[in-house]
Amino acid sequence: MSQASKGEKHEAAKDRSMVLQKQMIAEHYERLERAPETGEPVVYTFVPGNLTELIRAFGALPVLPEINALQSGMRGRSRDFISEAERLGHSEDVCTYVKCDIGMLKSGNIGPTGTRLPKPDLLLLSYTGCYTFMKWFELLREEYDCPTVFLQVPYQGDGKLSAEHRDYIAQQLRGQVIPALEKVTGKKYDDTIEAELKRRLALAAKAEDDLVAVLQSAKKKPSPIDAYFGGVYYIGPIFSAFRGTEEGVAYYEALRQEVEARAAAGKGPITPDGPLDKQDYRLVVEGPPNWTHFRQFWSMFSDWNAVVVASTYTKVGGVYDFGFRHDPDDPLGTMADYCGGCYTNLNMPSRIDMLVDYIEQYSADGFLINSVKSCNSFSAGQLLMLREVEKRTGIPGAFIESDLVDPRYFSAANIKNRLESYLQMVDARRAERAGGGGGGGGSQGAEARP
Amino acid sequence: MTEQTGQTEQAQQAQQARERIVGWARERYEDLSFGHARRWCEEFQAKAIGHLPVYAPREIIDAAGMLPVGILGGGDQLEIIRGDAFYQSYICHLPRSVIELGQSGRLDFLSGVLFPSTCDVIRNLSGMWQVLHPEVYVRYVDLPQSDDRAIAQRFWEGELRVLMRDLGRVAGLAGPVSDDALRASIARYNDVRRVINELYNLRREMPWTVPTEELYLLLRAGEVVPPELFIEKTRAYLEAARATPDRVRDRVRVVVTGAFCEQPPLGLLKTIERAGCYIVDDDLLVGNRLLVGEVETEGDPVAALARAFVERARETSVIYEGDVDGKRTLLKRRAEAAGADGVVFAAPSFCDPALLDRPMLKAGAEAHGIPCIAFKYAENSAQFQQFREQAGTFADAIKLWGGQ
Amino acid sequence: MSESVRCSVGIDLGSTTTKAVILDSEGHIIGRGITNSRSNYDLAAAVAREEARISARFGLLRKEVERSAGRDVLDQLLKAFRLSQTLAQLARLHALIDDEIDRAVASALRRPAHDAVTLIVSRIEDEEQAWFDAPDERAGDRSDFFRDAAGSAYMRFAEEIGDPIGASFDLLAGLYDKCIIRVENEPLELGFRDHIGSALERIGSPAAVRDGIERAVSVTIDEVCTVGTGYGRARLPFPKEQIRSEILCHGLGAHAMFPATRTVLDIGGQDTKAIQVDAQGIVTSFQMNDRCAAGCGRYLGYIADEMNIGVHELGPLAEKSSRRIKINSTCTVFAGAELRERLSLGERREDILAGLHRAIILRAMSLLARSGGVEEQFTFTGGVARNPAAVRALRQLVRENYGERTLNISPDSIYTGALGAALFAHRDVTARAAAAPAEPGQQAGEAEVQR
Repeated sequence: MSQASKGEKHEAAKDRSMVLQKQMIAEHYERLERAPETGEPVVYTFVPGNLTELIRAFGALPVLPEINALQSGMRGRSRDFISEAERLGHSEDVCTYVKCDIGMLKSGNIGPTGTRLPKPDLLLLSYTGCYTFMKWFELLREEYDCPTVFLQVPYQGDGKLSAEHRDYIAQQLRGQVIPALEKVTGKKYDDTIEAELKRRLALAAKAEDDLVAVLQSAKKKPSPIDAYFGGVYYIGPIFSAFRGTEEGVAYYEALRQEVEARAAAGKGPITPDGPLDKQDYRLVVEGPPNWTHFRQFWSMFSDWNAVVVASTYTKVGGVYDFGFRHDPDDPLGTMADYCGGCYTNLNMPSRIDMLVDYIEQYSADGFLINSVKSCNSFSAGQLLMLREVEKRTGIPGAFIESDLVDPRYFSAANIKNRLESYLQMVDARRAERAGGGGGGGGSQGAEARP
Repeated sequence: MTEQTGQTEQAQQAQQARERIVGWARERYEDLSFGHARRWCEEFQAKAIGHLPVYAPREIIDAAGMLPVGILGGGDQLEIIRGDAFYQSYICHLPRSVIELGQSGRLDFLSGVLFPSTCDVIRNLSGMWQVLHPEVYVRYVDLPQSDDRAIAQRFWEGELRVLMRDLGRVAGLAGPVSDDALRASIARYNDVRRVINELYNLRREMPWTVPTEELYLLLRAGEVVPPELFIEKTRAYLEAARATPDRVRDRVRVVVTGAFCEQPPLGLLKTIERAGCYIVDDDLLVGNRLLVGEVETEGDPVAALARAFVERARETSVIYEGDVDGKRTLLKRRAEAAGADGVVFAAPSFCDPALLDRPMLKAGAEAHGIPCIAFKYAENSAQFQQFREQAGTFADAIKLWGGQ
Repeated sequence: MSESVRCSVGIDLGSTTTKAVILDSEGHIIGRGITNSRSNYDLAAAVAREEARISARFGLLRKEVERSAGRDVLDQLLKAFRLSQTLAQLARLHALIDDEIDRAVASALRRPAHDAVTLIVSRIEDEEQAWFDAPDERAGDRSDFFRDAAGSAYMRFAEEIGDPIGASFDLLAGLYDKCIIRVENEPLELGFRDHIGSALERIGSPAAVRDGIERAVSVTIDEVCTVGTGYGRARLPFPKEQIRSEILCHGLGAHAMFPATRTVLDIGGQDTKAIQVDAQGIVTSFQMNDRCAAGCGRYLGYIADEMNIGVHELGPLAEKSSRRIKINSTCTVFAGAELRERLSLGERREDILAGLHRAIILRAMSLLARSGGVEEQFTFTGGVARNPAAVRALRQLVRENYGERTLNISPDSIYTGALGAALFAHRDVTARAAAAPAEPGQQAGEAEVQR
C-alpha cells in the first residue's frame, strides 16, 4: 500500500493525454448531468458492441453502466453498492458489475465524478458477448420507464462472423435500433444523419489507427507502454463515449505522440511506482483487471519490473489490431462487423489463437490469466485456455483469481504469492536455459551472474 | 365380490405397470454411460447427436435418422475426477460433470454435440468441446432473441437450415435432411409434446396421481430414447397412473421455477413434495415443451419449426423478454393456470440465468400476492434438511394464512 | 586450530511450523531445526535456525564420534543433550508457574499449588531420566516439541494428583496454559555450548567423545547465504533476492529428496499445491487451490472438530471403512452439514470419513490435472501426506487416472521447503564463487541427516 501511495506522486500528470482524458470525461459527465435541462437524449448501452457513432449521429449521449461500475470500484464505493443490491435480493453468486450498478442507482445515482446521472431515454441492449447484459437491462428496465431496444449479436461459434449473422445484425440495426433512436430523438435517419454517421465512422477509424500504433508499440524492448494496467487507460475514451468524436481523435493523436517519443527515447511506461524503464519480464495477460485494488495489483507487477506487452481485456470494446477499422462507406455493415468481432464474442479456439499470437508477436516471457469471479464470459474455460496456450507455446502460464469490483474477492497475499512464484519460476527456467546455476536468484540474482 | 376382486386385480396390475415404467425410466436416468442409447445406435446402425439444455431442435436430429440425446449433467452419482480441473470454484456444477462425461469416454458414441445458447458458461463450453473433442461435430446454436418477429424468423430459419445441412452430412445422407423427413419428425414431436402436456395436465388436476419424481424420471428418459418409445411409455404410464391414484394429502400447490439447465437432484424434488407441497407446474426440462401448440406439418417445415419458436416459445430465462409486463406477470399467469398457492424458486448455485431473473420474477409474484421461497442447489447436493424445513414451513404458512 | 564451515541456510516460515535446514559447502544437509511458528515469525525463524545449528554441530562431530566411540555412544549423547534441554525448559516452566501462583492464585491455594507443581515437575524429571536410561529408546523417537513431550506428561500428572478441594486439575492446567507459551517463546537455554557440556557429563565424559566435541564447539558455522521461503516469508528481514516462493523451494526440495521426481503434491494446512519440476528440480508449472480452502489440511481439522476426535485419528479411522460413502461437498462449510446429516441417517463414521478423504484427494487431483498431470516419479509432501487414508486414496486415484506411478513420501517431508530454500542459497553461493576468483577450499566433515 505504501508503494501505491508513493506512486500517487508519480502519476503521469504531465502527460498531455492524461489531462485530456480527464477533461473529456469530466465534461461528458457534466453534460450528462445537464441533459434533463438541455434536452439531449440519453442512451444507456454496453461497452462491447457499443454504437457510439450512431448514438452521437442522432445527437444523443451515451452512458455505459460498466464504466460507472468499474469507476465505483476504483473509487472504493463498490463494496457498499454491492451490499445494497444483495440486500435487495440479488444473489451473491452473480456479476458484481450489475450489483454495483443497481446499488449505485438505489443510492442516488451519483456517477463516478460526483455528478448525478440522468435517467435513460432509451436502453440500447447490444447483446454482445455477454449473457448478463440481457438480464442487466431487463433489471434496469424495471427501474426506468423508458423503451428498450434489443440488438442480438450472434456469437462467433465457428470462429468467424458468417455473412448471415452479419446481415442479421444489420437488419436489426435498420429495422429496430435506428427506429428506436428516431423515436427518442425525434430525428429521421435521413441523408443528413447518415452523413453525420459516416463522418463519425471516419473519425473512429482515425482514432483506431492511433490506438493500434500505441498498442503495438509494446513490441519494442523496452516497451514504452504497459498494455494492461496502462492499457485500460488508453482504451478508456474509445471504449466509452468518445469513439467517433473529435475529442477522441485528439486524445489518440496526443497519446500516440507521447508513446512514440518514449519509444524513441528507449523509455518504459510510467507506473504507480515510477517509470519502468528496466523491464525484466514481458507478459501477456488474459482477463479483466481487478478494479478495487487496481494500483496495488499493478504494483505487484512493477515491483518485479514486469511489464505487460499485450492483453485481451483491451479488446473487449473492439478488436482492432488484426486489421478491422470502422468503414464509413458501409455504415451498417461495418457496425455489424465491429459488434461481431468484440473479444468476448469470439469462441474459445479464437481466444487461444489470439493469446498464442500475442505471446509470439510480442516476444513475451510468460502469460497470466486473471480469472474474475463475476464474468463467466471471460472466465468459463480459462483453465483450458491456460493448458492449450502452454501446450502450443511451451511457455507456462500463471493463473490468479480475483473479481471485477467486489473487494471481498481480492486476496492480496494470495495473488502476490502466485505472481511472485510465477515470476521466480520464469526466472529459474531462464537461468537454467542460459546454462547458469539453475534457479538462481530473483531478477537481481539473475543479473548478478555473468 | 368377483367384481371387486377384478378391480383389485386390475389395480394391482396397473400398479405393477406403473412401477415397471418408472423402473424403466429410472434405469435410463441412472445410466451415466448411456448404455441404452448406445445399444439403440448399434441395433439400428444409427448415429447419435447430443445437445445441452435448454432448447434444441431435436426434430432435425431425428429427421436425419439420428438419436437426439439430451446431455443434462452427471447428477449426484457421478464422481467428478477430471471435470473440476477445468473450472474455477465459482462456476456452476453442470459443465464440470459434462466435461467429466466427455473426458471419461461416456459420450464417445456421439457424432456431434449442439450447444444451444443458455448462458456464457455453456456458450464457452462449445468452444472447449471443439478443442477437447476435435473429432465430433460441434455447433453453438444461437437462439433468436430479437423481438422483431420477421427478423428473428429469418435468422432462426437460417440457423435451422445450417443444421439441416450439417446434420445431413454427419448422418451420411446424400444432402441436407429432407423436408419430408423433417415433416414426419415434427409430427412425432407434436405427439411427444402432446403426451407431455397430458402428463402435466394430469398432475395439475390430480397431483396425487403423478408424483413429480415419476414425472421427472419419465421426462429424463425421454431425453435419451427415440420419440416413439417415449410416447409409448408415457401413454402407458398415464393409463396406469389414472388407475392407481395415491390418497389425497393435505398439501399446498406450488410452481417450481428456475430449474432448467443444471438439474436438481431427485432428492430435492422428493423433499419439496414430502414437506407438504404438490408441485403442479415446473420448468424442469422445459425445452421438451418449449414450443407451445402444434408445429404445422404442412408447407415448409423449417419455416414452421422456426415460426413455432419465434411466435410461441414458452418464457424462459434464456430468451429475451421484450415486454416488461410479460416478466412482471409471468409467475402470476403460471400460478393461476396451475391453480398454485405459491412459487418455489429453485436455482442452481452460480447460475446466471436463474439467479439474475429471480429478483424480477419474485417481485412480480409478490406484487400479485403470491408467496415465494427460494432455494439454491447443485446437481450433486446431498443435504436436504434445510430444504425440508423451509418447504415445510412454507407449506404450513400457506395452509394457515393463505401465504403472506 | 579453529575451523570454519561455510554454510547455506534455508528457512521455511510456515503457518504452523517454522523449519530451518543448513547445508555444507558441498550442498549436503548438516543440520535441521523445527519449531512452532507461534505469532512471532522473527523469533520462530531464530529458534529454528538455532536448532538447526545445534544439529549441524552434531553433524560435524558425528563422524568423529562414530569412528572413535561408535554409533550408540553418539545416540546416547544426543539423548543426553535432549534431556539437558528439556530439563532446562522444565525448570523455566516451573519458575514461571511459581511466579504465576504467587501473582494470581488465591492465598489459601498457593501452598497446595506450589506443592502440586513441584511434585508434577519432579515426576516429569523422573520420567525424562527414565527415558534417557532406557537403552531401547532412540533420540529420534520423540516429538521435536517441548510442549508435546513435557506438556502431555504435565497434564497426565496433574490429572492424577489434582485435588478437587485444593489444587484442582483445572487450576493446574490453567497455570500450565498461561506459562507454556512463554517457555516456547524463549530461545534462551537452547545454546549448544550450554547443554553439550552437561550432556557429556551425563554420559560419563568418554575421552573419545570429548575431543570430537571440543572440535565441534570451536568450529565457526559461517552462514554465507540464507534464503527464506514459506507462507510468512514476506515477514523475514531479508532482501528480496534472498526470498524464494515456497513453490520453487518445494520443487527443488522434493527433487533433492527424490531426484527422479517430476510431480510434487503438497497438502498443507492452508493450501494445496501441485508442482511439476524438470530433471534439475526447476519448477515448470504449478497450481494452487483457489481462495476457498476446501480440500486443504484445515478441512480435515474442521471434520475432526465436528467428530470430536483428534486430526491424527481421522486417517486410521477411515482406513477401517468397508464401504466408502460418496461425499459431494468439499466446501468446508457444507461438509459439516453433510456430515451431520449422514450421521443422523445412521451412516458409519469410518465410511463417511473414507468418503471425505477421497473428496479431499479429488480436489488435489484437479490441481494436479491443471498443473499438467502426474508424471513419474510423484512425491507427496505436507501434513496430509502422513494420513494413511489420504495416501491410499491418492494412490488409487493416480493409478486409475495416470497409470502406475512411483509415489514417494519422505518421513522428513516437513523439511522439503526449507531444504529447497537452502539449496537455492547454496546455488547462489556457488554461482557467486564461480564468478569470483576461486577460494581455498575448506571442507567440513560430511554429515548425514539426523534427528
